[in-house]
Amino acid sequence: MLVFIVRRLLLAVLVLVTVSAISFTLLQVAGDLAQSIAGDSATVADVEAARRAHGLHRPFIVRYVDWLGSALRGDLGLSFFSREPVVKLIVDGVPITATLGFWAIVVAVAIAVPLGILAALRPNSWIDRLALTLAVIGQAMPSFWLALQMIILFGLMLRWLPISGSGTWQHLVMPVMVLALNAVPGIMRLTRAGMIEVLASDYIRTARAKGLSRWTIVRRHAVRNAIIPVISLAAVQLGFLLGGSIIVEAVFALHGVGHLAWISISRSDFPVVQGIVLMFSLIYVFLTLAADLLNAAIDPRIRLT
Amino acid sequence: MTTDTHSSELPKRRARAWQAALKHPGLLFGGLVLVGMLAMGLLAPLIAPFDPYAQDITKRLIDPVWHPGGGWLHPLGTDHLGRDYLSRMIYGVRISLIIGFTTMLISGLIGSSLGLAAGYFGGRVDRAVMFLVTTRLSMPVILIALSAVALIKGSLTVVIAILGLLLWDRFAVVVRAATQQMRSQDYVTAAECLGCSKAYIIAGEILPNVMPQIIVVATLEMAHAILLEAALSFLGLGVQPPTPSWGLMIAEGRGEMLFSPWITAIPGLALLLLVLAINLVGDGLRDVTAQEQRH
Repeated sequence: MLVFIVRRLLLAVLVLVTVSAISFTLLQVAGDLAQSIAGDSATVADVEAARRAHGLHRPFIVRYVDWLGSALRGDLGLSFFSREPVVKLIVDGVPITATLGFWAIVVAVAIAVPLGILAALRPNSWIDRLALTLAVIGQAMPSFWLALQMIILFGLMLRWLPISGSGTWQHLVMPVMVLALNAVPGIMRLTRAGMIEVLASDYIRTARAKGLSRWTIVRRHAVRNAIIPVISLAAVQLGFLLGGSIIVEAVFALHGVGHLAWISISRSDFPVVQGIVLMFSLIYVFLTLAADLLNAAIDPRIRLT
Repeated sequence: MTTDTHSSELPKRRARAWQAALKHPGLLFGGLVLVGMLAMGLLAPLIAPFDPYAQDITKRLIDPVWHPGGGWLHPLGTDHLGRDYLSRMIYGVRISLIIGFTTMLISGLIGSSLGLAAGYFGGRVDRAVMFLVTTRLSMPVILIALSAVALIKGSLTVVIAILGLLLWDRFAVVVRAATQQMRSQDYVTAAECLGCSKAYIIAGEILPNVMPQIIVVATLEMAHAILLEAALSFLGLGVQPPTPSWGLMIAEGRGEMLFSPWITAIPGLALLLLVLAINLVGDGLRDVTAQEQRH
């Protein structure tokens, strides 16, 4: 187990270093940063001044090592736009994004897992068809469009919910629903497939032969086995929801990290963008690492690979 | 698998696959919608009643035909610049289909090559490819695509190139797993014994047999690319105005959301229908090929 943990940790660190290098390179080579900072109407001298002021005249590799070194010490530089520390801007947005992500995954699991289990218990019944239809439509739904339609219906026409900003729990209802719907199809399909596979296995037949009630079999034997892959998928989905939260926060004007990312990208605020890319990757790597270790703890066979 | 007896069976297998496809409601519905959308895109200059770029400020925000204020001259009404909405919708399907198809080709080529190499050679190659996949997955697509498009300035080509370079992960994972299964099959061992080159074995023996899986992933990634383009354009960092991208049209209709909700509703429904159709075709093909393998 210890060897497994160490190897996974090394891999995670390697992934993070690679991601940081890629995002740094991408933002540095894709365009002339000094030109972007100085603006389109800037003179050559202005651009040169901006280049010196932000240290952009130094060789690429020096800048990268410098940035990575500071990042390790928790310093991601200053925003080009507001001159505030990037870390502070991100930390300010975390509560909203974290609340949004947490409730979205809770709602998604609360919808998807029971639906997947019910669908698997009666394949080809109306509930199975309903679940699959919901999954197919959910997958095809453009989330920003769903958000707008909900704003029109619940915000403008029925006036049940506030349409933008944050403050009360009502502000979070629509964003959480939109974000959760992204994750429902995947979790539902995996729960259903896992349950169908488990229900056809020998130990379920044995349990049935022992005369256990159907409900006990489902609850004590089937769900417990089918849920293992769902846990790691949910962890991975939580990582994907961070990406989805950029769109949702932009539509609902929630000032979380996703909104910060969108605004910073729009105004070429590269230190902030780099910081957010690094943070999102860090969270994703951490979540997959946690899911892997959890699975390895539950299923000893995984530790050998 | 690629012997003479096999090829003489092919017409029969084709016929059986067609029958299965016709009996599969999802595949049939998705296929019909997709063919319809394709025809709409190809014939756009012939069927669009107006120039999708022609503005007429005197005819701003005309209601669609089902509203009391609408008429058959502009069946879907006009937008905030007086452009005929039906014509913009018809031309818009071109953008979505071009983005979906080209992105899928680029990412499919990258992902399938990586998957084939990882699955066939195993060992270090496999570890390297899996590392690339993990790294790619840990970078949120939307965030990276938005930043890249913002830096290079959005255009159709830029969006295609960036999405193509980002969406190969599922191809690599699926093709790798399929190749690993194929690798231990007798016909691959036979080809190795005959002294066939590795390139021939991969391209001539393994690739044709993992093709069904590649096609299923291709449909899913095509749908994925179409939704991402719409989202990027909606956020203002994708295809630029005045191009009739459905995502962009939804963004442009936001200002009129209260009094003309159909302006955002129509392109969104079209996107939903197109992506739904592609996904249904993908799911259907998976069902049909799964049956095919059982025969």
